[in-house]
Amino acid sequence: MSKFPKMNYPLYIRSIPTENELKFHYTVHTSLDVVDEKISAMGKALVDQRELYLGLLYPTEDYKVYGYVTNSKVKFVMVVDSSNTALRDNEIRSMFRKLHNSYTDIMCNPFYNPGDRINSRAFDNMVNSMMMQVC
Amino acid sequence: MEQGPAGGSAAAAAAGTGGLLLPLSESEQQRYSELFSRCCPPPEAAAGGSSVGELFRASQLPADTLHQITEVCGAKRVGYFGPTQFYIALKLIAAAQSGFPVRIESIKNELPLPQFVALKNDSEVRYGTPAELHGVKFQVPHTSLEKNSYKRTDEGDKQEPKSPPMSPICSPPASPSTYQRVPLSYGYGKSRSGLEQQHGAPYEVRHTTHQPDGPSSGNYGAKPALACSTLNRSLSGEREQQDSNAHYSDDPWRITEEQRDYYINQFRSLQPDLNSFISGSVAKNFFTKSKLPIPELSHIWELSDVDCDGALTLPEFCAAFHLVVARKNGYQLPETLPETLVPEYLQAASLKPMRDCALFDSYSESLPGGQQTRDFSRTEKTAAEEVPDSSALLQDGKKDDKQALKVSTDLKTIPKEFQHLTVKTAAQESNTLKARPRSRSYSSTSIEDAMKKGEEPPTPPPRPQKSHSRASSLDLNKIFQQNAQAVRSGWLPPPPPALPPRPSLSQEVVIAQPPSKPARRKLRTETQGLETPELSPTISVTSSLPAVKPHLPVQKQSSKQKRAIQTAIRKNKEANAVLARLNSELQQQLKEVHKERIALETQLEQLRPVTVL
Repeated sequence: MSKFPKMNYPLYIRSIPTENELKFHYTVHTSLDVVDEKISAMGKALVDQRELYLGLLYPTEDYKVYGYVTNSKVKFVMVVDSSNTALRDNEIRSMFRKLHNSYTDIMCNPFYNPGDRINSRAFDNMVNSMMMQVC
Repeated sequence: MEQGPAGGSAAAAAAGTGGLLLPLSESEQQRYSELFSRCCPPPEAAAGGSSVGELFRASQLPADTLHQITEVCGAKRVGYFGPTQFYIALKLIAAAQSGFPVRIESIKNELPLPQFVALKNDSEVRYGTPAELHGVKFQVPHTSLEKNSYKRTDEGDKQEPKSPPMSPICSPPASPSTYQRVPLSYGYGKSRSGLEQQHGAPYEVRHTTHQPDGPSSGNYGAKPALACSTLNRSLSGEREQQDSNAHYSDDPWRITEEQRDYYINQFRSLQPDLNSFISGSVAKNFFTKSKLPIPELSHIWELSDVDCDGALTLPEFCAAFHLVVARKNGYQLPETLPETLVPEYLQAASLKPMRDCALFDSYSESLPGGQQTRDFSRTEKTAAEEVPDSSALLQDGKKDDKQALKVSTDLKTIPKEFQHLTVKTAAQESNTLKARPRSRSYSSTSIEDAMKKGEEPPTPPPRPQKSHSRASSLDLNKIFQQNAQAVRSGWLPPPPPALPPRPSLSQEVVIAQPPSKPARRKLRTETQGLETPELSPTISVTSSLPAVKPHLPVQKQSSKQKRAIQTAIRKNKEANAVLARLNSELQQQLKEVHKERIALETQLEQLRPVTVL
């Protein structure tokens, strides 16, 4: 999973144990296009919490990509294995919610400048635990 | 006057004695500073006259010699025994014991350490064993600080030392400048941090073994002696620094009274209202002065701002400051907020004000340690605050705000909250109020477009159990009625997996789980958190855990695992239920299809003879 701010550079990238990180990075970047497309499609839609969840962006090959956008246009992208069929939609939603919450916690920290890479240990722990749950 | 030799640590004792620079060897320094700290009850910067007198008498020198020494060292002139005077006096005592005349010149020589008799009792009596570790060890950084300030004031005004030791530093000048003084000494320490780490362990051992020995150790004096010297200390100073390091090793995360007073003073300088809080930017500026790297400050903030609102209350500020101090003394920052920092400052929080809802949007935090601290803070907060409904309502309003902003909670932490709720015996209503909305917000959002899952039929809540005095009875009844309705409604999916509280708790908790489930369902239907406080007290009652905080850490860890298992079990059960229902529906459809097929076939049969012919 990874998150990008407005200018679409990654603030944070973390992969589950599989090693082909580069492939994930590539996937995530390409999925950004889809995310942007969806955002523009939303247009004047009410920015409801639910609509921030973009759902399955597109299923390719052997994995699925999920997107989530916050009010401040920070995008969360999650790539999961298709073989992991146990992941239900609401679980993905809950994971995105957790990410969002952790992200806002980080924002509360006055020492954190928005736009910096995220170095928070708490955030890392949370993300790791979440991924462990899934895998 | 001459500077100390480079090999040793030069103690430049200036000003007090009219510019006399004493060359003190390392061992002398240690001894002297340790003696000084012993004579100096913790908060004072100057040795008490009586204790100094005792010490001098213990040197077994004749009285007039002692008088002479006092005069020569300048104490009479300045009126009190500051560190410089004290050191000179000790040196003179050593000289006198070696047979030299009591004169300034005699102390320029290399002298053995002054001998004092019956001093061990002194120290033991004064400090006591448990406090000794603490008091003495804390004394050291304080005396160092005070000496630091003393050193500076030597140049200018002579500050009257008073307790706590930090106050001479902080009180007269503006706080930023005082704080800068503190970090100067601390920053000094930090520059040694690399070396400190290595030597921390052996020195720790030495400390613990030496402490009972009292005066013989002489390690304690290191840091004050260090601070006494000029700040441009050579590497030889590192050893003293390490000693101070070891002081913290016993319990680095405990805030002593002096420290707390100091932190409170600093807080006051930033924010006159002790019950209010420091905003993030102000705190940022303040802590940036400590010259710690930003990532570390960021981490410290994460640890200490337990409710994640971007502002520090007094206890949070104390914790943060303490972490800064520890870090500057070379201690690595912990991953989670240490327990001693948590309850201490939470207990110290007399009254946390009702935070303005506007001031923060507090999301549920997923900090592991921070989570429990937040719960504690909440429980403490509400315990400290009045439990009248007004406050509860206010809390409610605040929590609703939280809710409105918040999306989900870290499920695993919710049971933890419940743990805490069970522990707290004080008014938990507001607590649970806070706890519940979190779970509720999660459940409400997740369930609304969740697939229709069969819920596992919960066992009927043990209503009699819930009827406990803790919660107001009226609300309870309302809840139960709603619960019953919710149970009947049936379609509501089961509560989020992690919500069933604390499987690690006693078996009563298992019974409590179904109550929590209908409670949650009711929450969803209600969308009001007002009832939740009543629920959690009941849950806490059913669990009926003793309110023992030490149990918590152990419970949490085992509960985490169990919670994970519970989560998995629950998920599987849900999946099973869904599949079972699906199966039954499909079976039904299959039967119908069969019937149709049979009907069609009979029709066909009936029609066929017509065509066949």
